[in-house]
Amino acid sequence: MPPWQLVQVSGDNVASMSSIDQRFDELRKAGKKAFIPFLTAGDPSLQLTARLLEQLDTCGSAIGEVGIPYSDPIADGPVIQASYTRALDSGIRIKDIFRTIGEVTPKLKMPLVSMVSYSIIQRIGSEQFVNDALVAGFAGAIVPDLLVEEADSLRTICRKHDFSLIHLVTPTTPQDRMLRIAESSSGFIYFVSITGITGERSELPADLLDKVQWLRERTDLPICIGFGISQPSHVKLLSPVADGLIVGSALVRRAAEAKSAEQSIAAVRDLANELISAMQTP
Amino acid sequence: MSGSVRAGSPASLPDTRGRFGQFGGRFVPETLTRALDELVAEYESAKADASFQSQLDELLKTFVGRPSPLYYAKRLSEKTRGAQIWFKREDLNHTGAHKINNTLGQALLTLRMGKTRVIAETGAGQHGVATATACAHFGLPCVVYMGAEDVRRQKPNVFSMKLLGAEVRPVESGSKTLRDAVNEAMRDWMASVEDTHYIIGSVIGPHPFPAMVRDFQSVIGREARSQSLDAFQRLPDAVVACVGGGSNAAGMFFPFIEDSDVKLLGVEAGGLSSVPGQHASPLSYGSPGVLHGSYSYVMQDEDGQTSPVHSISAGLDYPGVGPEHSYWKDAGRVTYTQCQDGQALEAFDQVARNEGILPALESSHAVAKAIELASQMSSDEIVLVCLSGRGDKDAAEIARLRGQDY
Repeated sequence: MPPWQLVQVSGDNVASMSSIDQRFDELRKAGKKAFIPFLTAGDPSLQLTARLLEQLDTCGSAIGEVGIPYSDPIADGPVIQASYTRALDSGIRIKDIFRTIGEVTPKLKMPLVSMVSYSIIQRIGSEQFVNDALVAGFAGAIVPDLLVEEADSLRTICRKHDFSLIHLVTPTTPQDRMLRIAESSSGFIYFVSITGITGERSELPADLLDKVQWLRERTDLPICIGFGISQPSHVKLLSPVADGLIVGSALVRRAAEAKSAEQSIAAVRDLANELISAMQTP
Repeated sequence: MSGSVRAGSPASLPDTRGRFGQFGGRFVPETLTRALDELVAEYESAKADASFQSQLDELLKTFVGRPSPLYYAKRLSEKTRGAQIWFKREDLNHTGAHKINNTLGQALLTLRMGKTRVIAETGAGQHGVATATACAHFGLPCVVYMGAEDVRRQKPNVFSMKLLGAEVRPVESGSKTLRDAVNEAMRDWMASVEDTHYIIGSVIGPHPFPAMVRDFQSVIGREARSQSLDAFQRLPDAVVACVGGGSNAAGMFFPFIEDSDVKLLGVEAGGLSSVPGQHASPLSYGSPGVLHGSYSYVMQDEDGQTSPVHSISAGLDYPGVGPEHSYWKDAGRVTYTQCQDGQALEAFDQVARNEGILPALESSHAVAKAIELASQMSSDEIVLVCLSGRGDKDAAEIARLRGQDY
């Protein structure tokens, strides 16, 4: 039995699913794929982050991914690094992010997951972090620097609270290890498309589809692909094998290049609409 | 490796997960896991391979000039009026510091793994030069990431790296120092991991780097221990080394770790003061956290963001420290203290004028605390300092600080 089913039957409530599980359940029944936009919290202000999330929700995004800015993000390319730096330079703290997210989640149809370095979780304390994130309305966390071997205690806490712990698999992950990662994951599996850091790419690796397909046949967990995705052609190529696609740098860059908040919102809306439409048309 | 090691003893660490007690481990993106696992396997096989060790020993002898001498700092000792102060002369190594001990070992591993490119980070530039040197020796292409602030502070080393055929990439992000250079090297490695080895220059980073770099640097302590037995017919009373990431200290201390009568003193960069942001002393003023792939003492704020640090010496200007030092600190085996910029400069002058040696500013931190310690001891006692590097690279920066022409 795959572990995400274990999650569903754990705890006191018979039907304890995280809102991520529920969302994929709905999408699968409707035969749809998840568009998952990424934004950096607080770039350039938390107020704009909240407005962008509302816009992305209106566009029909399935899940929102919120990057918690970190001072030393080694998995991120220049666009997201710069956005983390802008956010941190504005002086925002984790508690500010949780407060804003707590204000915006009641207005959203889409659940939110956080993208957060383990350096932050460790400092705050796993139990405290999960608790604060749940209170704010986050449904789960992607922890890009937490390997499955080091995840035992956080995983236990996440399962207790139906808070999804989303692990990453990459093109360098051996097959047996992919299965271990799938067992440790809940919510969905984040399949990293390329060997490298985040950022827009014109081409994606040729063997990506085969690798995703291999895992697809071995887990019931939704598989979402991210890193490098920025164009409708990527979306058309990958949608058939994935349950969802994650787009980060392309959105963050457009939002940052705009000259005003209104233009940021419009730029993010236009790209989201373009990609969502490419995703839903075969 | 030296002698027999009791299971469960400090010398048997890390465990298979790369933990020194609670410290160490691996906190990196999944992309790097396979390469780290391969590195563990290759390093284990190399350790068991006599031909690898003899190849490295030969290089250390003929290319580096090992063993490095044990030197009695007679005039410095006389002025101190306390214990005898001896230097382990790592400054006399080829390239002028201990860093070459590690880069040759890792370059040999690079060849063994069939990888064809090397990257490195550098702070003071000593590790960059040592990596560029090892790569030139073996014909490996080499890219060195260096904070833009350090490029400014350590110009002679930047030029040396270029002369040796390496590409130096200044890092403009963050504080533009060692920490940012590590970030950028890690990002390069994320994309190049299939054909590239990352030669980390200190006992930091994800498993197996802290243990592997310590082992390559342990030649310092092994030699020093046996030279002490030859010279004094006993072990020194105290061994002192500076600690940034902590590689010369780990290499110096490790062979003495089971010699409980030998006091071990690690010296961090005390900067200007104990005020946060004005020093680089995570063992003295920080707390355990995750940075650059391992769990260790670190300077972080309450959100887990890395705090700014300061040191006059680029090689110590780092907010983290090797996990084994954290373990030794909490176990009480090594005492850690810190030395401020001014005191290090004073020690620099004393060594220069009394001994005719320009010590690296990094090593000057260790000398300063060794003098302090020796002054409270008797003349039949022995304080052994790891003089980890030479100070030519620092001349321009010292001139700038003193408003003198260079």
